[in-house]
Amino acid sequence: MANNITLTIDGHQVTVDHGTSILDAAKKINIKIPTLCHHEDLCVAGNCRICVVEQVGKQTLTASCATPADNGMIILTSSPKIRRARKDIMALLVSEHNTQCTTCYRSTNCELQILSAEYNVDNSIYMSVLKDGDCKIDKASWSVEKDNSKCIRCQRCVRTCAEIQHVNALAVTERGKDMKISTFMHLPMNEIVCTNCGQCITHCPTGALTERRYYDEIWAAIDDPKKHVIINTAPAVRVALGEMLGYPVGTRVTGKMVTALKQMGFNSVLDTDFTADLTIIEEGTELLGRLKDALVHKKQVSLPMITSCSPGWIKFIEHMYPEHLGHLSSCKSPQQMFGALAKTYYAEKMGIDPASIVSVAAMPCAAKKFEANRPEMRDSGFQDIDAGLTTRELGYMIKQSGLNFQDLENNSFDTIMGESTGAAVIFGATGGVMEAALRTAYFLITGRNVPFENLNIMPVRGLEGIKAASIKFEKCLPEYSFLEGVEAKVAIAHGLKNARVIMDQIVAGTSPYHFVEVMACPGGCIGGGGQPIPTTNEIRQKRIDATYAEDMGKPIRMSHENPEVAQIYAEYLKVPLGEKSHHLLHTKYRKRNRY
Amino acid sequence: MADTKELINALSKKHGIERKSLLPILQGIVEKENYLSKDSMLEVAKVLDISAAEVYGTASFFSFLDTKERGQYVVRVCKSMTCDMKGKEEILSTIESVLKIKIGETSQDKKFSLLETNCLGLCEEGPAMIINDDYFVKLTPEKIREIFGRYLRNEI
Repeated sequence: MANNITLTIDGHQVTVDHGTSILDAAKKINIKIPTLCHHEDLCVAGNCRICVVEQVGKQTLTASCATPADNGMIILTSSPKIRRARKDIMALLVSEHNTQCTTCYRSTNCELQILSAEYNVDNSIYMSVLKDGDCKIDKASWSVEKDNSKCIRCQRCVRTCAEIQHVNALAVTERGKDMKISTFMHLPMNEIVCTNCGQCITHCPTGALTERRYYDEIWAAIDDPKKHVIINTAPAVRVALGEMLGYPVGTRVTGKMVTALKQMGFNSVLDTDFTADLTIIEEGTELLGRLKDALVHKKQVSLPMITSCSPGWIKFIEHMYPEHLGHLSSCKSPQQMFGALAKTYYAEKMGIDPASIVSVAAMPCAAKKFEANRPEMRDSGFQDIDAGLTTRELGYMIKQSGLNFQDLENNSFDTIMGESTGAAVIFGATGGVMEAALRTAYFLITGRNVPFENLNIMPVRGLEGIKAASIKFEKCLPEYSFLEGVEAKVAIAHGLKNARVIMDQIVAGTSPYHFVEVMACPGGCIGGGGQPIPTTNEIRQKRIDATYAEDMGKPIRMSHENPEVAQIYAEYLKVPLGEKSHHLLHTKYRKRNRY
Repeated sequence: MADTKELINALSKKHGIERKSLLPILQGIVEKENYLSKDSMLEVAKVLDISAAEVYGTASFFSFLDTKERGQYVVRVCKSMTCDMKGKEEILSTIESVLKIKIGETSQDKKFSLLETNCLGLCEEGPAMIINDDYFVKLTPEKIREIFGRYLRNEI
C-alpha cells in the first residue's frame, strides 16, 4: 500500500492515507487534540496554534491540523512543552477576549471557554488588551449580531462565507494589532452583501457572531393577556431541538416540543408543515403552468423554475443574479405563507381580531428573521410574522420556562393549520422539497403514485452538493396529455456555492433542468444557521435520518392528501394560484446590489 | 466617478482581471487619486468580480494604500527609533506649524496630508520623510521650511 503512511502517536502506531493531517491521524486512534480555528467543513487555516504537538527530532512545535502525517513520524500530543505552549496560547487569546462569559449567549457552548477552563487559564499572566471601543456590538442586521470583542480571529466565518457560500461578506481587514474580521469599510451587517444565512454563526467557536435574539419580546407577548400568541414550528426544528435539551443528535422531539410550547403559554401551537404542504400545491401548479405555457402555448417562460423556500438563497440570487429573478417560484416560503394566513384565514375561523395576534415562527434559520421583516411580507394588513426564533433560542426559552423537557408527554399540534404530511416534514432536508413536489406532481399528472418503493425517491436524497435526477411521465391523465413521454429533469443544490453552479449554467443557457431546489445551507434546513452548534456532516446526516424517519411515521405522506389543505381551498382560497392565493401566498423579488 | 471608472478600466486592461491583478490595480488608483475611495473599491470589485470586502481587506492591509481621503501630496515622516533619536519630534512640529495640520489630517485645500510611517531604510541619514515618492533626508526645521516653501509656491 504505497499510499499509506504509518506514524507513531503517543506510542501507538497508526496507518493513514497519504495527505491525512496529524490531527486526523490522532483522531483515528481516539487521541484528542484541542482545536479552535479548525473546522471539518473548512480548509485548513493553522492560525490559532492550539493544536500544536511535538515531533520527535524537531525543535519547534508543529500545528497538527496543518501538517500532513509522514512515514516514521514520532508524535507526542502531551508533554510539558506542549502543555506550556497551549496554556500560553490560551492565555494570549483570552487577554484579547471580552471575558464577560456570564452574560454571553454562547456561554457553555463556547469552544474558547471550554478550552480556557480545561487549561486552567489564569488571566493575570497577560494584561487584557481589549480596548473600550471594541465592545460595540453591531446589531444593525435583523439576523446576525457581530461582537468583535468576542472574536479570536480564527477566520472560520471568513472561510465559511467564502468556501461554503461564495459570498465573501466577511474579510480579514487591517494588520497586526489592528487586524479584525470585518466587512467592506466596516459597514454594519445590514448594509453589505450578506445573505443572512447564519452559517458564520454556526461555524463561530465563540460568541462573536450570533443571531439577533427576540425571545424577550415573545415572553412579553405571552405574558400580555390581550395578545393571542401562536407559533409555527419548522420541520428541521423537531429533529434538532433535542440537542439543546440533553438528547443525542438525531432524536425526534416533535410531541414533547408541542407540549412544552403549550405549557409555556402559546395560545396555539401550529405547524409550518401545513403551509409546506400548501407550498407544494401552489408551487406545483405554478410549475405545471409554466411547462404548459412552454410546451403547448410555445411561450417564452423562465425554466428551470427554482424553489423559493430558503430566504438566504432568495437574498443571494437578488444580489448575485438580479437579472434572473424570473426563474424563482413566486411562492412565499412556508413561514410567510403561514404568517399571511394566520392573520386572515386563521383569525376569521377562530373569531380573533388579527391585530391582537402575535405570530411567532420557530425556525432552523437566521435568514428567516430578515425575511419576516421584509416590507413585502405584510399582505395580511399587518406584519405577517412578528418574530422569528432559531432552534437555539427556542431551546433556551424552554430552559427558561423551567420545564423538565425529557419528562413531558407527547402531544399533537393544534388545529387549524396544524395538520401536515410526511411530504412537508422532509422540507427540512436537502432534496425534500423536490421529493415532496414530485410525489404530488406525479400523482396529479398520471393519477398514480411515484414509481419508487414506499414513495421514497432516493436519487434526490443525500449530502452530495448537487444532485440531478429525472422522471418520465407516461400514461398521463387527459388534462396533462401535453406531458406524455416528457422526461422531467430536476436538480437539487444546497450550500450557495452549489447554487452558483446551477445559476451559472442558467446564465450560460446550458441548464438542462425543468425544476431546481435550492437551499442556502449545507444539508438543507437541518444544517441551517439557526440550528444547535456544532453542525458537522455526521450531525447533518443524523438529523436527515431523523427527518426521513418522521416522514415514514406519518399516516399521510403526500401534500395533496392533507385534509386541512383541502379544507382551506374549499373554504377560503378556492383554487391554487387563485386571486386569494395570489394576494396572500405569492410575492415579488427585488434586484439588489451585486458588490 | 466617470474618470475613476475609466482609470480602473485602463488599469484592468494593463494588469488583467485575475485575483492577482488586485494589488497593482489598487496601486495604480492610489498613484492617480492619492487614496481608494468607496466608489473606486466597489468598481474594482465589479471589474474583478470579487466581493467588496475582499478588496477592502487587501487595501486596508497596506499602509501605502490609503482608504481615507488624502491630499495631493502625502507627507510621511519616519517614526522609527533612529529618526526619533535624531530629532523627528522637532521636524514633525515644524511641519505641523508650516502646513497648519496635525498628524493624520489633510489640509483644507486638499493639497497636503501628514502621516507617520514605519522605517524608510534611511536611518543613517535621518530624520527622513517622503512626500509621495520623493524622499528627503537629514531634515532640519530650516530645511523643512525651505522644502514646503517650494511646494507651497508650486515650484515642485
